[in-house]
Amino acid sequence: MNKVVDIKTAIDAVKPGDTVLVGGFTNIGAPMNLMYELGKRPEINHLTTVSEDFHYNAEDKPWQGFNPMLLQGQIDHIIVSFFGHKTAQKMMDEGKVKLTLVPQGTLAERLRAAGAGLGGFYTPTGVGTVAEEGKEVREINGRKYVLEMPLPGDVALVKCWKADRMGNAIFNYTAQNFNFAMATAGKTVILECEELVEPGEIRPDEVQLPGVFVDYVVHCKEAKF
Amino acid sequence: MAINKRETIAKNIARYFNDGDFINLGVGIPTQSANYIPDGIEVILHAESGFAGQDGAIDPPWYHIEEREDIDAEWNAPKWNDKEKGWLQGHKDICDATGKVAILSKGACCFDSVVSFMMARGGHLDATVLGGLQVDEEGNLSNWMVPGKNIPGMGGAMDLVAGAKKVIVAMEFASKDGAPKLLKKNTFPLTALNVVSVVVTERCVIEFIDGKMTVVAMAPGWTKETLQADAEATLHFADVIDVMPVVEA
Repeated sequence: MNKVVDIKTAIDAVKPGDTVLVGGFTNIGAPMNLMYELGKRPEINHLTTVSEDFHYNAEDKPWQGFNPMLLQGQIDHIIVSFFGHKTAQKMMDEGKVKLTLVPQGTLAERLRAAGAGLGGFYTPTGVGTVAEEGKEVREINGRKYVLEMPLPGDVALVKCWKADRMGNAIFNYTAQNFNFAMATAGKTVILECEELVEPGEIRPDEVQLPGVFVDYVVHCKEAKF
Repeated sequence: MAINKRETIAKNIARYFNDGDFINLGVGIPTQSANYIPDGIEVILHAESGFAGQDGAIDPPWYHIEEREDIDAEWNAPKWNDKEKGWLQGHKDICDATGKVAILSKGACCFDSVVSFMMARGGHLDATVLGGLQVDEEGNLSNWMVPGKNIPGMGGAMDLVAGAKKVIVAMEFASKDGAPKLLKKNTFPLTALNVVSVVVTERCVIEFIDGKMTVVAMAPGWTKETLQADAEATLHFADVIDVMPVVEA
């Protein structure tokens, strides 16, 4: 079994209109090479992107993070917990982009629910706030909870430190962040790795992301951009 | 005597920390409170980015470099890529909740976002300390958005306050233009209902006791009357009011 492909072949799996889950917390653990490659394909548009935040990108670095996709109009809908991007804000105000804010823990759990085959969950987060609007609120053991739905993706772009050809992966320190949950929640999962090894070189109990969740492995020189 | 407002708030927050506490510190003044943890008190700091146990932070150079190739070179430099010792000296793949490079403490551990928020939401944090825009008599908190300004997003704040055993809010007593921040009813978008345990300001420390906004400590120079004059909320006062230590400017 060999899931290793070149970056172009991997990004071919992303189709117009897809919901794309993108790992990372700021730039840490973000699949910067996969994002850059997707930004070179303006015909893959009408995307919904799901990520922890939308400022992987410095405003003054048009080649960084989501910026190429955003500036070329590939993104219709941004789903994040932390925003703070002036250009995207302007595009939102002009009606070019839709923004949905999700509390960060709810975002993680909605991804987990999608990956775990759950129909949703009740959370105390956001009760009585804008995060509750339009959702069922239910009292359980005397406390109010909001019903939140799973958040699956057509594609997940995730990033690890070391992977083998079967997609078994290890993350560096906090670079695991949203990558694990997103890898479970994507229909097609593309894993960017810094180091590629042969099956057997990673001890089974060191694997943090089981390869069974992964469809494609792309070996990239580590890039911060 | 002129005081340093932010440092005064930070210092008084740290007085709420107990030995062995597992605590999340938000951006800004809450982070500064780590500098005032009393001797003999050891706390474990949680970062929603995915670790427990912090010993400092470095502002990484790559945020301040313009050219893509230069960023790439810095990011790949051996000093940021030591897999064995990176967590003690700075590694490109360890960030705190603000995106800075975190130095981890001995005994620290890393985890993914799902586990990070299990800790937050699941009641495993002894305290969460975060900045505030408004707090009202009901203990409602608004801290993530000023109407009419650019939208920053709530990040992890709603989850942190939903689960922490104690919610400590760090904020100046009134806004820069003098508008009160302690209100009868918050006007900004809410972060959560009825969650605030303690509000630490540069003028006084407030605890919610029996559901009432109660002043338990005051900085020198303030009286019940002068505090109440700048608050919209009705303030209550403890029988014994401590003198708040302040940090001089």
